[in-house]
Amino acid sequence: MSPEQNPSRSFGRRSFLRASGTVAAAGFLAACGGNTGRGGGSGGKAAISQWYHQYGEAGTQQAALRYAKAYTKADVSVQWIPGDYASKLSSGLVSSNGPDVFEFHPDVQMAKSGQIVPLDDIIADVKSDFTDKDLAANSVDGKVYGIRMIDDPQFLYYRKSLLEKAGVQPPTTFDELIDVSRKLDKGGVKGLYLGLKGGSDILASPLVWATGSELLTADHKVAFDTPATVEGLKKMRELYTSKTLLLGAPTDWFDPSAFTQGLTAMQWCGMWAMPGIQKALGDDFGIVPLPGIGSAGRPVVYNGGWSTYVSAKAKDVDAAKAFVKWLWIEQTKLQEDWCTSYGFHIPPRKSLAAKATKLQSGTAAEAVKLFDTNGHYDDPYWTQGMITISQDMVNNVVVSGKNPESEVAKARTRVEAELKKIV
Amino acid sequence: MATTTTGGARPGAAAPPGPAVKARRDRHGVRGSTRTFWLFAGPFLAGLLLFVYVPVGWSFYLSLFQAQNTVTPTKFVGLDNYADILSEGPFTDSLWTFTLFALIVVPLTYVLALALALLVHRIRVARAFFRSVFFIPTACSYVVASMVWKLSIFNGVRFGLANTVLGWFGIEPIAWIGTASPPWYWLVLVTLRLWLQLGFYMILFLAALQQIPKELYEAAWTDGARPGWQTFRHITLPQLRTTSVAVVLLMLIAAYQAFDEFYNLLPNTPYARPPLVYLYYTALGQGQDFGHGSAGALVLSALITMVTLLQGRIFGFGKADS
Repeated sequence: MSPEQNPSRSFGRRSFLRASGTVAAAGFLAACGGNTGRGGGSGGKAAISQWYHQYGEAGTQQAALRYAKAYTKADVSVQWIPGDYASKLSSGLVSSNGPDVFEFHPDVQMAKSGQIVPLDDIIADVKSDFTDKDLAANSVDGKVYGIRMIDDPQFLYYRKSLLEKAGVQPPTTFDELIDVSRKLDKGGVKGLYLGLKGGSDILASPLVWATGSELLTADHKVAFDTPATVEGLKKMRELYTSKTLLLGAPTDWFDPSAFTQGLTAMQWCGMWAMPGIQKALGDDFGIVPLPGIGSAGRPVVYNGGWSTYVSAKAKDVDAAKAFVKWLWIEQTKLQEDWCTSYGFHIPPRKSLAAKATKLQSGTAAEAVKLFDTNGHYDDPYWTQGMITISQDMVNNVVVSGKNPESEVAKARTRVEAELKKIV
Repeated sequence: MATTTTGGARPGAAAPPGPAVKARRDRHGVRGSTRTFWLFAGPFLAGLLLFVYVPVGWSFYLSLFQAQNTVTPTKFVGLDNYADILSEGPFTDSLWTFTLFALIVVPLTYVLALALALLVHRIRVARAFFRSVFFIPTACSYVVASMVWKLSIFNGVRFGLANTVLGWFGIEPIAWIGTASPPWYWLVLVTLRLWLQLGFYMILFLAALQQIPKELYEAAWTDGARPGWQTFRHITLPQLRTTSVAVVLLMLIAAYQAFDEFYNLLPNTPYARPPLVYLYYTALGQGQDFGHGSAGALVLSALITMVTLLQGRIFGFGKADS
């Protein structure tokens, strides 16, 4: 807040009220007269509000609107939310103006606090068509709370031509990664891009996995506080202090622009960016997983993705569930469109993945293979609060150069406090 | 609004004058003005109650509960949230961040705004132009300015404005907001805030400078004071005391409320996270931990109140002027 805004605070409030009043009135009018075109009665159909985060690929928003319009049993309005989606979603979910149907990541707190409803009944018929790991990632206490829409493996992209010019091979160990990044850093092109926070956010979990450790045990106890994790943090610090990382780029890690515009020779990004990268660079790129660290190390691909959920506060929970069933269970054509027509995503349905021809050749096929062999999934018990704690841990060590042992110990204490709130 | 229909507030407009009527009118007038007061102030008081005091009260309620993913919690935890948030951790770290920010930005703004005001005050040509040209940035939004600073001026890649200039002297590109050491992000944060708020405080000082009677200077010169530093030190500065106290207070509160530029310029990193940004991510962000968020917000409010009162004690803000 700035001081010059202070005197106008009451003004802001009033104009806010006025604006929200107008919006409410407009919404009311729209609800009354907006949809008389089809189906006869205007008041009979349920209204469903569906939220998406902003996908970066062209055509995605139009597609989402098209799917919503194709549903005839209710009026689905799509909200396409740019910026900090998680924040807008969480304030939406505690208020009464939240979404009825929304996409997000698995989170045990949302299930335990009753913000979302179980979806076992609508997924029952096709449960075997989803992979066990996708189902597990969305299950709490044996109930399925979310339906996976897309699987998005994340890995390292590299420019083949630049590696050849530097006379290096794609890295297979973390030491090689540091070395390759050093050799690629020349002529105004940086070696590696890991995002605005130098990888301390997006690589926080993959880094732990790459050392052979786990975040939590199967019975939800802290598992990341190992000597291997400390070793991993030290290696990551070594990479950061090599001064070969691209820092302060205009776009973050999830946007391939820094890579396609030649600011960096390697970048951590996701499968979704592949069509864009192909268009910009042709065949001049390849992918590798995050290399393993230490003796128990293993290469890691992070299987992110989005799932769809139904809010317990939905105006009509059954109508919302029916819509989710229609779109993300029955409409396989639309699911295929969503997964492969814009950015690339792996369809979570086995039957669809087998049919997705665009993902069966070239680098896309390689990505699917990495997803199957080196993929690590979200754990619903690794909550947003714990994600922040682990990212702070990595940031404190890697970016600020604090002591890794004590940071791991601190993070352990804080994660245990978070776990106590759940179990 | 309903307040425009308060005919009763203008008593006896149609009544004929007369002693008896006059007495009645006076009584009526008192009653009428009370009603007018409530009609005018009522809506705002109701707003204040509804949008300020109810949320503060609710925050206090939430701060005593384990309010995870809900604002109607059921598990009472007493003062545990306060203990958690005050024990060493990201919240206490964030308090240092904003204290450091205030320590840098308040004296800098004070000195530069005063210097600007003195310059603009003495200028003889194009006064209106110089006054508005320094004031205009105040009208710019923090979000927009943050975007300009982040994406064009202090962009970390080689074609950012600052890095292009450095490039002319053969200096390697600097990741202005991407690194913790050296802490270049402070330069970005401080220059942004200076650009945005200097003009506003300059105007306050300018107004105060114009209030200083010319006779004081003339008397000083007659007594042999040299124009320049001596006059400034013994005449101008003491005369600006009231304004200075108000300005420092405003700047301090503004610094403590720092959110926009931190949130928009920097990613969510532990090394540059003032309390409001931390609380935002805890409660409203992905965390949805309203218990700890509320406890932190109340601790922060208490701190700001304390500092303000303390400053009032020391500098005498709010005392009757001379």
